[in-house]
Amino acid sequence: MDEAHISHGFRSKRQTQAKDRVPPGQYVTADFPILSAGPTPQIKVSDWKLALQLGGSLLGVWTWEAFEALPQTTIKTDIHCVTKWSKLDTTWQGVTFDDLLKAVGLSGPPEPYVMAHCGGGYTTNIPLADLIGGKGMVATHYDGLPIAPAHGGPARLLVPHLYFWKSAKWLRRIRLMPTDERGFWESLGYHNYGDPWKEQRYDGD
Amino acid sequence: MTVIDTSALAERLEWQLAQVRDIVAETHRVKSFMLEPVNWTGHLPGQHIDIRLTAEDGYQAQRSYSIASPPEDKLLTVTVERVTDGEVSPYLLDELRVGDRLELRGPIARHFVWTSGSSGSLCLLAGGTGITPLMAMLRHRDRSSCRTPTVLIYSARSRGDIVYQNELDGMARNDTNLRVVYTLTREKAKDWAGHRGRVDRTLLATNCFPPAQNPAIYVCGPTAFVESASDFLVELGFDSLSIKTERFGPSGG
Repeated sequence: MDEAHISHGFRSKRQTQAKDRVPPGQYVTADFPILSAGPTPQIKVSDWKLALQLGGSLLGVWTWEAFEALPQTTIKTDIHCVTKWSKLDTTWQGVTFDDLLKAVGLSGPPEPYVMAHCGGGYTTNIPLADLIGGKGMVATHYDGLPIAPAHGGPARLLVPHLYFWKSAKWLRRIRLMPTDERGFWESLGYHNYGDPWKEQRYDGD
Repeated sequence: MTVIDTSALAERLEWQLAQVRDIVAETHRVKSFMLEPVNWTGHLPGQHIDIRLTAEDGYQAQRSYSIASPPEDKLLTVTVERVTDGEVSPYLLDELRVGDRLELRGPIARHFVWTSGSSGSLCLLAGGTGITPLMAMLRHRDRSSCRTPTVLIYSARSRGDIVYQNELDGMARNDTNLRVVYTLTREKAKDWAGHRGRVDRTLLATNCFPPAQNPAIYVCGPTAFVESASDFLVELGFDSLSIKTERFGPSGG
């Protein structure tokens, strides 16, 4: 369709949204809706470990205590869910990918792609370039408090410039890959990259 | 987890016009819209569509709605609940008329889907209008004369809030392999013989198939309903990976 069909009688009930902050097709909410494919895993921090994997070898494994001892960064950012809501000015604390790579002695990206493996069998794929340079982190705190299980605690990815399904909940293992592979939603009809500003919601967008 | 990669075939889901062919008032705050898209290539029970509305000043809003009709039906049905202070649902419920057209695209997502070819028993848990995608599954099961042992546990506020009750009761009457269990969370009437209160462990333990049967489980409803019901299921010993969830966020509309 070249031109949108006008729905007569339909009008905006919302206050004017800042176009430079809200991507096309999104609306701002003050809530923090929850969306996931299955039950919420209840993961104790005493059982939690995060692994960084390159090919067949483990570059690093952190317990909760060791992970909390890594350099901490706080980010204030807007988030955009593919289900159309956006939330402005959310505050997250965690470890940036730059610091994570540094912690295992890497000065640059060893492979171009990442697969995030999570509780519940969930996976998502992201180019490593979208995680370094301060763009992505493993977040452990939201708004000053530990992230609740329903929101992905103890630890989730945070890649705020992509649709929020890429910010995978219940992160357990980060696998560096030489070639791109599709994750869970990416194999089920959602876009492989997911740029909200280009409205890359579904495959083919 | 089986994942089918059809990425090589990906074509953009284009916006298209659909005409409203019929509107049914289901309850005091829910209506079903029967839509005829220009070009529909079919869907799987449980999938959703996006609807896009454009105002005269160019303002646009999009929302996702589960498809309630089975693939066997010619028209595409969405069932919409009024969201207080919402933007899209009040327009659909109050302004949209038979013969009007609106924009949609789909079908979307292939996780929360069930087809009659699937093996094993089926357990469906609905909270409120979370019944919608599950209804597409039940209608598909019915149209394809599938006799998969199935139970639907449907939690609604009151009797008047149960959507599709006549149709559900009709399906269950004609099919000994289908059981429909209602529970009402705010019903005051004394002549209600069914369950009362929220879905809890006892209700699930009594009405679900045993975990050893490893039924396929689909849970859909508001976030709080889905969180508590799926937590109970995990506690009862059902495999997390057999439980598929779809949540309606508290916002939207």
